[in-house]
Amino acid sequence: MSDTAATLHSGDVHAPDNQRFYVPGDHHPENGTLLGFWLYLMSDCLIFACLFAVHAVVGRSYAAGPSGADLFDLPLVALNTSMLLLSSITYGFAMIAMQKKQVKQVLVWLAITGLFGAAFIGLELYEFHHLIHEGAVPQRSAFLSSFFTLVGTHGLHVTFGIIWLVTLMVQVSRHGLSTENRRRLMCLSMFWHFLDVVWIGVFTFVYLMGVLP
Amino acid sequence: MSAGHDTHGHGHDSHGHDHHEDAGVPHSTLKGYTIGFVLSVILTVIPFWLVMGKVFDSSSTTALVILGFAAVQIVVHMIYFLHMNTKVEGGWSMLALIFTLVLVVITLAGSLWVMYHLNHNMMPSLHDMKNMP
Repeated sequence: MSDTAATLHSGDVHAPDNQRFYVPGDHHPENGTLLGFWLYLMSDCLIFACLFAVHAVVGRSYAAGPSGADLFDLPLVALNTSMLLLSSITYGFAMIAMQKKQVKQVLVWLAITGLFGAAFIGLELYEFHHLIHEGAVPQRSAFLSSFFTLVGTHGLHVTFGIIWLVTLMVQVSRHGLSTENRRRLMCLSMFWHFLDVVWIGVFTFVYLMGVLP
Repeated sequence: MSAGHDTHGHGHDSHGHDHHEDAGVPHSTLKGYTIGFVLSVILTVIPFWLVMGKVFDSSSTTALVILGFAAVQIVVHMIYFLHMNTKVEGGWSMLALIFTLVLVVITLAGSLWVMYHLNHNMMPSLHDMKNMP
């Protein structure tokens, strides 16, 4: 009965299974938001791909200014990386708590995730401040322009992720783990882990390869 | 919807009969996140060690090796943190990802290819310099 209902709008109901456009039992994704959000992330991925391409082209054009080897403090970058990695797993714990419907646990893990994210942003701002203080400003060379654009765009994403996270903490504490809130948490989960994936590219390509002679 | 839902549960038996709003959404497990985290820590520490400890003499060797580690780590994150597989959203997520990857490769390889040759050809060579007045 449900098969008939599913294929009612898709042409000949009496056609053999293998000639129908919709296979019986094939269904529309129930939660289209997640797929839509994934498509957004893919378009975001293209933005980062363009910025990485720019950095690949001009990343060694120092205009007689400082190079990556002169500027980058790798222990600080390693600390930064660990902050983001830790925030990824704590968000994972929040998702597990969400599946178990433990509101308090979700809020605690979200708060810890937000703190790690804030630590990441704090360290990045400290690094930027330090660079600018040393005269390594974005307008100094093509290398520094693309560096600040790429790393700054990622940092802005993390900043907005933290704002989103705080908003969701308020939502969850007020309305509990409703269907809407669970969907929002899953979207933020994808966003947060996606930013971590982008950071892998940043620390490898910009920082580690930037200090190579 | 729920009547129709039960008829196509064949492929999703591993998910069990969870709540209906979560159907098709991968189930996060502590084990998955732990494996992913441990793997990413290993895959992060090794590139940093290779560069900070100056393990290889040649820069290009180091660059290739750490790019390889980054690629593996991205796959690890995709599988264990983003729960990517060919089943999510009926395969549309994977299709979008593959399409994006194609575009990313074209963007990166194309930019590098074109700009390298542009630099190469626009650079005044020693031969040109000699003929200058």
